[in-house]
Amino acid sequence: MISEQFPALIIVFPLIMALLINVVGWWKKGLCFYMALLAISASFISSLGILKTVINKGTIHYRLGNWEPPWGIEYVVDHLNAFILVIVSFISLVVTIYSKKSIEKEIPEKIPQFYTVFTLLMMGLLGITITGDAFNLYVLLEIASLASYGLIAMGDDKAPLASFNYLIMGTIGACFYLLGVGYLYIVTGSLNMADLSQLLPELYQSKAVIVAFAFFLVGVSIKMALFPLHVWLPDAYTHAPSTVSAFVASTMTKVGAYVMIRVMFTIFKPYFAIEIIPATTILGWVAVTAMMFGCILAIAQTDFKRMLSYILIAEVGYIVLGISVANRMGMTGAILHILNDAFMMACLFFIAGAIMYKIDTGDISQFRHLNRKMPFTMAAFTIAALSVIGIPPTCGFFSKWYLILGAIDAQQWVFAVALVLSSLLSAVVFFRVIENVYFEGSRGQGVKGSVFDEAPMSMLVPIYIMVAGIMLLGVFSGKIISTVIQFAVPTGF
Amino acid sequence: MGTIEFIIGKYNYWVYIILMMVGFYAMIAKHNLVKKLIGMNIFQWAIILYYVSIGSKKGGATIPIIQNGHGEVTHAIEAAQYLNPLPHVLMLTAIVVGVSTTGVALALIIMIYRRFHTLEEDEIIDILRAPNK
Amino acid sequence: MITPLENIIIKTLCRLLIPFIQLFGLYVIVHGHGSPGGGFQGGCILAASFVLVVVAFDLPEAKRRFSEKLNNIFCSLGVFIYAWTGWMCLLLGANFLDYGILNKILPVNPVMARYYGMFSIEVGVGITVMAIMVSLFLDLVTGGKHEEALDE
Repeated sequence: MISEQFPALIIVFPLIMALLINVVGWWKKGLCFYMALLAISASFISSLGILKTVINKGTIHYRLGNWEPPWGIEYVVDHLNAFILVIVSFISLVVTIYSKKSIEKEIPEKIPQFYTVFTLLMMGLLGITITGDAFNLYVLLEIASLASYGLIAMGDDKAPLASFNYLIMGTIGACFYLLGVGYLYIVTGSLNMADLSQLLPELYQSKAVIVAFAFFLVGVSIKMALFPLHVWLPDAYTHAPSTVSAFVASTMTKVGAYVMIRVMFTIFKPYFAIEIIPATTILGWVAVTAMMFGCILAIAQTDFKRMLSYILIAEVGYIVLGISVANRMGMTGAILHILNDAFMMACLFFIAGAIMYKIDTGDISQFRHLNRKMPFTMAAFTIAALSVIGIPPTCGFFSKWYLILGAIDAQQWVFAVALVLSSLLSAVVFFRVIENVYFEGSRGQGVKGSVFDEAPMSMLVPIYIMVAGIMLLGVFSGKIISTVIQFAVPTGF
Repeated sequence: MGTIEFIIGKYNYWVYIILMMVGFYAMIAKHNLVKKLIGMNIFQWAIILYYVSIGSKKGGATIPIIQNGHGEVTHAIEAAQYLNPLPHVLMLTAIVVGVSTTGVALALIIMIYRRFHTLEEDEIIDILRAPNK
Repeated sequence: MITPLENIIIKTLCRLLIPFIQLFGLYVIVHGHGSPGGGFQGGCILAASFVLVVVAFDLPEAKRRFSEKLNNIFCSLGVFIYAWTGWMCLLLGANFLDYGILNKILPVNPVMARYYGMFSIEVGVGITVMAIMVSLFLDLVTGGKHEEALDE
């Protein structure tokens, strides 16, 4: 009985709770954290329930207000949705646990506002993932984006300017998406994704449809920070509070990648993007540039969080590369990389936050002797870094393996070489930090009084949950692919 | 169809494209943050104009509300007689989104002004690059 | 920061106008589910009347009538009305926002239950839109520093 209502509960419960936190925060600040935790746990449980139902019974269709689909708004959950829902809600649950200490230190005067907007952001991301209606997706995209502008602006002195630039870019992206929806509405008269994908094939030669597709692609690329449209990302994620950068870095770009898969392969049939217009070829080259560019610029950075932001741009390149080779292996790699990258990015930004919490700086040259001060955090960092580089048995290896197999299947040798090359570059990026932490003991002044002084437990536990995730996802990646991902690959491959 | 008819017959698209480009230009070329915001608003409003124009109809079209719709009278409404309200309803939501975006942007501008005491992007970047700051 | 404006014509006119603006706003809200209008439009009209109070009188006067805390509660209250209407349907065994099922607790047939369901949604939307518009205006006009603006 209640399991049928999970698709509504997963959205409505955080929505109500966000507003409750806003009211309760006026007289009892301490309660806000627990209320946010409650709401997010409920969403996580619902998402698990949805995944279970989808695995056992197939796609769920939930009609809001019981209106027939092409007219009413419908929530459609297939394997791909359910998978992303679990990722987003799990990451937000762990981020919430992590946020308690970090927020108390960084923005103590804005705790109720933080949890209100944070819960709304999570609700927006889950909504984007679950909805089956193109216009509803736009509204939820804007809810999530507005929440993230607010959260990013809570950061340090430069944060409002970074957030303003993000707002301008993000609005252009959302408006392009809206224009795409408008052109499709002119030619089909429908907003429902399933309905659109049935009506569109006859119209594939129409110029309006091609223009709509171009608008969709550019709009979504801005939102997910694909290479030439990434300029807002490094500033915004560097200056945001560390909890916020951990959450938005690990989920927002991934949800953007999900929207891209939906638009390219569900609203449009795969052969449209591959044969009728050469979108996948263009995206492939863009992705290769993104991978190279992200890694090379990451080498040049002195700030830890900014370095991670450029790594994130490269990671978005990996996912798009998997989408653009457009075969079964490549899609499997892309979807698996969405999961792995969410865990790796959350872990790395958690560590950046823990370092920030203890030594108040993100400057990599100040990290000397940090292995004596924070041995557990640094051990976690090493594992996460190995995973980003792609060394077995961490999870990063397996998704890169599938991506390379996909590139070879598509006979795109350049892509395969680029994947290996960018892994090497990220090795350079991370070993520079590791060297600084572990091996530069004899010269340099190092952190003053490098005695044991580890981050608090409520930060270490989330970091180690993520590390365990990185190891376990690597070990069980075959199982994950055979239960979920092989059904999540869009039909037509 | 001649070129003149092509341009005049689809004038609503031309108007929206010109407005959108005006907004786009302001967002890219202007250095003042408030001017950028105004450009963003023109951009959003151009898209809203476009949606409203595709849903509108000339010559006595009405809203599709059936008189005594629940059972008593069962005459079907002909599509030619009413205009499609859906684009307008969608734009109601888009206007709300636009208003909230403007609100957030104005709040951010107030925060920026309080910290840097200027809204010119060049001057803010100069302050940020100054070594002693 | 905000100095009161002493002008008898403006004050008297606003005193006369504001009740009618509010009445019109309420009219638009409660007729939203059967005719053009609705929560968004009505909420904006209601908010405009509060903005007029601030513009014509001054901030402390407006605060005395409609404090920030009350405003915040109204923000959430509207969404609660909306969400609880949906939840009621859900608890009675139908889908979220399927108001037809409300005839189990309302003494009317499903069609009229749908009518009242839409009505309560519109009321919720109206309240929230009004409160949000007022709080946007107050935040921007005082730069987020309500109490300091009162002292000056």
